[in-house]
Formats: sequence, C-alpha cells, structure tokens
Amino acid sequence: MSTPQFFHALKILEDVCIGCSHCVRVCPTEALRIRDGKSHLYPDRCVDCGECYRVCPVSAIINYHDDFDKIFKYKHRIALIPSIVLGQFKDGIEPEHVFAVLKGLGFTDVCEGEEGARLLTELVNERVADRTVEHPVISSFCPAVVRLIQVNFPGLTPNIMPIKAPLDFSAMYIRQKYRDMGIDDSDVGIFYITPCAAKIVAIVSPVAVDNSGINGFINLDFIYNKVMKVIKSTGGVKNIPPDRKSNLNGAQTLWALTGGEAASIKGRSLSIDGMKNVIDFLEKLENDEIENVDFLELRMCDQSCAGGILAPANRFLVVERMQKRARNVDVSSLNFDIDSYHEMLKGNAFTEEIRPRTSLRYDVDVSKAIAKMEKVRRLMCFLPGIDCSVCGAPTCQAHAEDVVQGRSVITNCIFLQKKLENQRLLDSKHALRMIEKIWGKDRFDKDCTKRGKKNEDS
Amino acid sequence: MKLDYNVEGGDFARAGWASSQVKKVLKQLNVDQGVIKRVVVALYEAEVNIVAHAYRGTITVNIDAEKIRMTLEDEGPGIPDIPLAMQRGYSTASPQVREMGFGAGMGLPNIDSNADNFDIKTNIGVGTTLEITINLKPQQE
Repeated sequence: MSTPQFFHALKILEDVCIGCSHCVRVCPTEALRIRDGKSHLYPDRCVDCGECYRVCPVSAIINYHDDFDKIFKYKHRIALIPSIVLGQFKDGIEPEHVFAVLKGLGFTDVCEGEEGARLLTELVNERVADRTVEHPVISSFCPAVVRLIQVNFPGLTPNIMPIKAPLDFSAMYIRQKYRDMGIDDSDVGIFYITPCAAKIVAIVSPVAVDNSGINGFINLDFIYNKVMKVIKSTGGVKNIPPDRKSNLNGAQTLWALTGGEAASIKGRSLSIDGMKNVIDFLEKLENDEIENVDFLELRMCDQSCAGGILAPANRFLVVERMQKRARNVDVSSLNFDIDSYHEMLKGNAFTEEIRPRTSLRYDVDVSKAIAKMEKVRRLMCFLPGIDCSVCGAPTCQAHAEDVVQGRSVITNCIFLQKKLENQRLLDSKHALRMIEKIWGKDRFDKDCTKRGKKNEDS
Repeated sequence: MKLDYNVEGGDFARAGWASSQVKKVLKQLNVDQGVIKRVVVALYEAEVNIVAHAYRGTITVNIDAEKIRMTLEDEGPGIPDIPLAMQRGYSTASPQVREMGFGAGMGLPNIDSNADNFDIKTNIGVGTTLEITINLKPQQE
C-alpha cells in the first residue's frame, strides 16, 4: 500500500531534540513517538496544530518558512498581513507605522489578510440559509481544525464550508489588481506573514484547491523582531513617517479572534476555541447530541489566532488591543477597492468539498481490524494503565496499538520489564539496553550539563 | 468482539456515554460513516430510554465483520403496549424528563428506522430487552 505524502511546516531538529517526551504527550492525534532518544512523527496523523511546538523546552521544533531574501526575486513585493500581526505591537505602534517599516525592509506594497472577509460573510450566510446542506456549517477558517476533522472526525467533513480563507481572497484581489495595471504575474511576489504552522500548510498543501497564488510565507515572530529592531534603532515611532492606515472595518479587524466570524452570521452560531474544547464539541456533534445550531466557528488555539504558536505577544493583551482598535475604526477613511473585484472573487471563492483523510488505525478490512483491536484489548490486560510514556508512546493504549501494528514490542513497557526481571525471565542488562534503545544510548549516565542539572549553562 | 456497559436509571448527565464509546470503536474499525451514524442514533435512543424509564440496565455489544448486535436489558416497568409505544410522538415520559429535552416519543420509532433488525421483549413490572442489529456493510440503494 502506498503511503500518501503529507507536508508539514513543523520540523523536529534531531540534533536539538533531547527526547523529553513533552510533545508526545500533548499531541491530540497521538502522532509522536520517542525512538533512539529523539521525537519522531507519524506524518499521516499530524494536523499541524502546533501543540508540540508550544511545549518543547529546547526549541527543537521549528516552523519552516521562506528565507526573507526570497522577496527580492520579485519586482513587486507584497506583504499579506493578517490583522493579528498588527495586534502584536503595543499601543502607539499603529498599523501605519508597521506598514512603513515593512516597506523599509523591502516590501513595495501591503495588503491586509482580512480585506477579503467582506465577500466571505455573504457567501457563508448563503450556505447557512441553504437547508439542503449539512448543518451546522463548520467554518473552514482554521486549517488545523479542518485537518483535525479530516483525520479524527471524518463523518463531519461534509459540514465544513468548502470556501477559501479571507487571506486567499485578499491574495486573489491583489494579484488581479497588479494584472490590471499591466504587470506580469511573475513580477509579483505575495508573501503571507503567518501566525501559525497550519496556515503555511494550508497554503503549500491545501486540502482541496490547487494554488492559492501566494509565493511564500514568513513567520510572524521573525517579522515582529525585524520590525521592533527598526523601531528601536530609529529611536521610536515618532521618527517613522506613517504609511497609510489599516483598511479594515471593525468586523474585519476582529475576524481572526474568537467570535469574529460568528458575529456576522445570521442564525444560531457558536464560537469555540482551544483544542480540547473543539475536540469535546466535535465528539458531541458526531454523536448527534447537538441540535439546531446553524454555524460553528472552531479555532484550535485558545483566543484563536491571538494564541497562534508564532504570535509573540500575550494573547489577552492582543485581544484587548484589537477590540479597542475595532471600536475606533473611522469607516469613512476606508478604501473599498476590493469590492470592484467582487464578481471575479465570487467566481473563485469555492474549493472542492473537503474529504476525510485516511489515517488507518488498524486495517481497511473490517474483520482484520476487529482481530487487531481484540489483540490490543488483550495486550491492555498486561499494561499498567499509567500512561507514563517510558515506552516512547503517549499512552498504554497507543503502545498496544503500536505493538499490534509491528511498530514496537510489548516489552518496551518498563513495568512489564520489572515483572519479567522479577520472574527471572529477563536479564537486567538486556532490560537496560531496551530502555536505551528508546531513550538513547548512555542516556542514563550521570551528566551535569543536561537541562535543569547543576551546570546546565556551562 | 464483545463490549459491555452499565446504565443507571435517572443519570441523564451520563446518557450517551455507551453510544459514544461504541462510536469510537467503530471509527477505529474503519466502518462506513453512514453505518456508524445509524448505530449511534439507535443506541443513543435506546440508552436514553433506560435512563428515562428504567431503574438500571446493561448494554452488550457484539461486533463481527458482518454486523453489530446490541442487546439492552433493563430492570424497569416494562412496556404495556408495544405497538402504541412504536408510534411516532407517543411518550409516557414524565414532565421532568421532557423538560430536560428527552421524551419526545421518537425513541423506539427512531431505533426501528435505523436498525436492520429490531426486537423488543417486555415483561410488565420486570423489565424490557431490546435487540438491535445493524449490518456493517452499507446497503446497496
């Protein structure tokens, strides 16, 4: 059976990873294992949520992005900026200052990611009103949620709204605008500044569309550092001539925050953020326990994009700041140029229906799957149920599944080893070798340089 | 493969737990999504019936490559008139139960329409046993 290739922006740096298993335990799809003292990923299960990135104590997980100099390959260099980027900067550093600094860094133009949200609201409301489609309609805004549903809740994929994200609309708009000025596509580079890994994956490897027209992506924390450095070295924003103001209205400014989408949907809608909350709710929805809800806005991160893994500022302060900005928008100053592209955008708004992603737990064949599951249940009789991860898997259940799938051996369980040693069925040297095979050779020797130990930094 | 669950009468907070567990198993077994949905709906209704009407009950689920057979056996008042109970909208649920959003009289008819085979045996004053069978291979329309 051929294994489909899955692109992930998050990468584990083997030489930095200390094999501590923090990531293994937080992964919502149990996609990580410790082998040979390092964390390893089952790529078919990963949904790019970034929980592993958050908990890694040594920054061994990185979010792959484009080299900044790539922008200079293009004559016209456009920064596509989601509102959450502008929310990172403290009061006084306003969007017009950030735009000015970005242009100083090499971009020739800026476009905000949520400008495209105007049309989206209209189309989502049409879908919500259409009683022939599955309800509740689930927003496709958060790519990590879309992938979570594809992998863990395949029966709910028909509920996902098959529409592009605001940033795609903004990208299509800006590209067309340059075409209309007689500029060739190859001269226009659109670079998205991303608050998370999932957005990158959505751009590089979309679930259902072929090309989003975005040429590259740059991590939000990287841009934040670059912008802050310029502001500090010029002696503050007072020395930076402001560029144009933000072009977002209140609703667009708040779009990426919790409740931002649901606010403009007609009907009964719920906004749910945070991985565990989203999973709990999807379980209930899948059990048919949820009735008469029209629209679901689901975001993988707590406080939605303000909690994005690449967002450096405190998420609660960002939310407060963006709410304040949204209240103070001067609507008369906004430019609605994007509206003149309404028909073109509408014609390109939809994606194919979202399909489940196969991540087989046991087997395609039901009788083989039952046999394997029964085997797992028998193995569980021997495992202690402590979920300590010493075997390298997140839980006893995951370990039993790995054993049945031939990816591990039952005796990797340290408690079983103790029992076998006690019964003189296992040599203690052999037992140590087995544990070293999982956690790395010489891992258990005295080492005062390791993290948290006496001479950590020396 | 056999799975067993206990159900307590009156424990609405936990109603749906067994059907949720069975759903997880069927998902892992790669059973067709439409079939899973029918199993979940039928089992959930039957589970809620025990919670709403009986004192306690057990659920036994047998899964093989062909079908899933769910047997729900309760200690409870029994059903005096099964044909009447099978009518849509007919309910003997107490006002308190209805207030919680249950007892719309759709339970048994809903089970019947989702099952490939549905059997009720009842003994007044003793209890009721339901046997629900659903084929795992989706039917050809």
